[in-house]
Amino acid sequence: MILQFIVDVLSLGSLYALFALGLVLVYGILKLVNFAYGELVLVIGYSIFLLKGSPFPWFFMASIAILMSIFISICTDYFAFRPVREKSVTAVLITSFAFATLLQNAALLFISPKPKNVPMPSFLSDSVQFLGVITPVRNIISIFVTFVCLIIFYQFMKRSILGLAMRAAATNFNMARMLGIPANLVITTAFAMSGLLAGIAGTLWMSKIANVFPGVGLEPLLIAFIATVIGGMRSVHGAVLGGFILAFVDMSFNYILPQDILKFRDVFTFSIVILILLIRPEGLIKGPATGVRT
Amino acid sequence: MNILKNENFSNILFFLLVFIFIYFINFFAGSSIFERIIINLFIYIILVVGLQVFMGNSGILSFAHIGFMSIGAYSSGLLSMPIQMKGFVLRDLYPFLENIAFDPILSICIGGIFTAIIAAILTLPLMRLNDAAAVISSFALLMVIHSIVVGWSAVTNGPRTFFGLPKATTLEIAILFSFLTVVFAFIFKNSKFGLLLRASRDNDIAAASIGANIVYLRWFAIIASAFLAGIAGGLWGHFITSFSPKSFYLRETFLVISMIVIGGSFTVTGAIFGVILVTTGYELLRWIEKVIKFNDSITFEFIGLTEIVLSITMIIFLITKPKGLFPFKEIGDTISKIIKKKK
Repeated sequence: MILQFIVDVLSLGSLYALFALGLVLVYGILKLVNFAYGELVLVIGYSIFLLKGSPFPWFFMASIAILMSIFISICTDYFAFRPVREKSVTAVLITSFAFATLLQNAALLFISPKPKNVPMPSFLSDSVQFLGVITPVRNIISIFVTFVCLIIFYQFMKRSILGLAMRAAATNFNMARMLGIPANLVITTAFAMSGLLAGIAGTLWMSKIANVFPGVGLEPLLIAFIATVIGGMRSVHGAVLGGFILAFVDMSFNYILPQDILKFRDVFTFSIVILILLIRPEGLIKGPATGVRT
Repeated sequence: MNILKNENFSNILFFLLVFIFIYFINFFAGSSIFERIIINLFIYIILVVGLQVFMGNSGILSFAHIGFMSIGAYSSGLLSMPIQMKGFVLRDLYPFLENIAFDPILSICIGGIFTAIIAAILTLPLMRLNDAAAVISSFALLMVIHSIVVGWSAVTNGPRTFFGLPKATTLEIAILFSFLTVVFAFIFKNSKFGLLLRASRDNDIAAASIGANIVYLRWFAIIASAFLAGIAGGLWGHFITSFSPKSFYLRETFLVISMIVIGGSFTVTGAIFGVILVTTGYELLRWIEKVIKFNDSITFEFIGLTEIVLSITMIIFLITKPKGLFPFKEIGDTISKIIKKKK
């Protein structure tokens, strides 16, 4: 029972952590929230759906979908962020919100308002049993994939020059620019990586819910929001930790709460968000020292 | 003549004339579809000008106002619904609410006050947050209100449709309420509270140093603004007479925010013209959607075009005119200046 709970929390938490990490990458550098972030999952879902008839193997389709997610993420930068970045926080929030609405309604208009089935390889939903725990293969895969991604991500941030530049930009953007780090390159890279992480997480998410509809992006967006607020809006460790904490809280509610209170679960989680914003606005783990928006 | 010298006079007079003008257009058009659009327009004016009272003066974007609108709509509906309908729509209603059926207008006012009280309780701690944290918390507040409305089926009929409200909102009532809202918004903007709040919007540290208590100023503004949103919700509920929690969610939030952004959130003029422009555009696009659908016998569902056009317009507006069509000056002031020059 306890082991089952731990596996459930880890598999859900690994997804949440990936979503949160993608959001915090952009927030860390620009101090701006990307409301169009959830729509990357929509892009993933519809890309795989549209490639359904093609003769390619599934993994090839998934890779194309992830490339699309990266592409749309970079588009978000170019259309919603870059033109208004200097103006005001509110402006960027609204443009990214508008961009999200644009994508959603494009899906509504050009594809269909009805949920569409997304093909997934059948082995993902087979269940395996070990140590008395029964769980679908996809849960094991998502834990594994997430940990591999996190290791690669941390190594990239720590050892590569671009990673170093991004960390510098997240700490003090103006100083980094003055020392010759190309601002636009760093920001575009951040968006591309954000798209990559959301793409991987979105593919895993799709294997879980198996269909796609125009409003599909809302839940991942909310998850990423809550997780980053809990863990710390400016720290990558915080985002990962926040993802796992959120999964723990959600799962505990699922196990403990009776059915008629369970429908108020969102009320509890969002109240936690508001409380954390009030008590510890910087989240559980503090990020770099300066948080001045540039 | 003291009143003529008042700084708000020219603005209020201008919008009184605009409202009367719209009323007469409707009177001569005599079409019931047109009248529905106009009533909707005036309800949106109450909501968006209400939002402007908070957002324009404090400079903080709020997603929560559609949530406040839903509180107003549901609470006024609960009070005014006829007793025999209550047994039919809400089977598990609490006994103390079962035998009440107030006059709709009275219920709308009580609904507004109730919304203001809820907002007062919920938002006081949130008012010290700035920038992204303030926006995310208002977004979270919208989610909380939405989930409570969906979940609390004893009073809201859950995710299903809430119906059986008496139809009470006529064009005259909608115009009267929105005129009062506009008067309030101008008086508030130029009052001591409004001036201090606008000072804190432009530079919070400087405003605090001259003694502005920013938290309480913002709190006061959001209570007033939530009251207006609640009134708008009540009027809307007694106009549509049946709605579900879906009517108060992200789609509507997007619509309202696009109105205030396109018009310009710093001025009441901007808020009103934003509503008029977006409503006109929206109805035109809906009409185009309909025409295309009927003429060419396209088989697929043709929805979403309106939102696509609206979101592209919004992005273009924010890039080219980030402060909206009326960034700083109210239209009444501009007009009176022109008149004085000619003299």
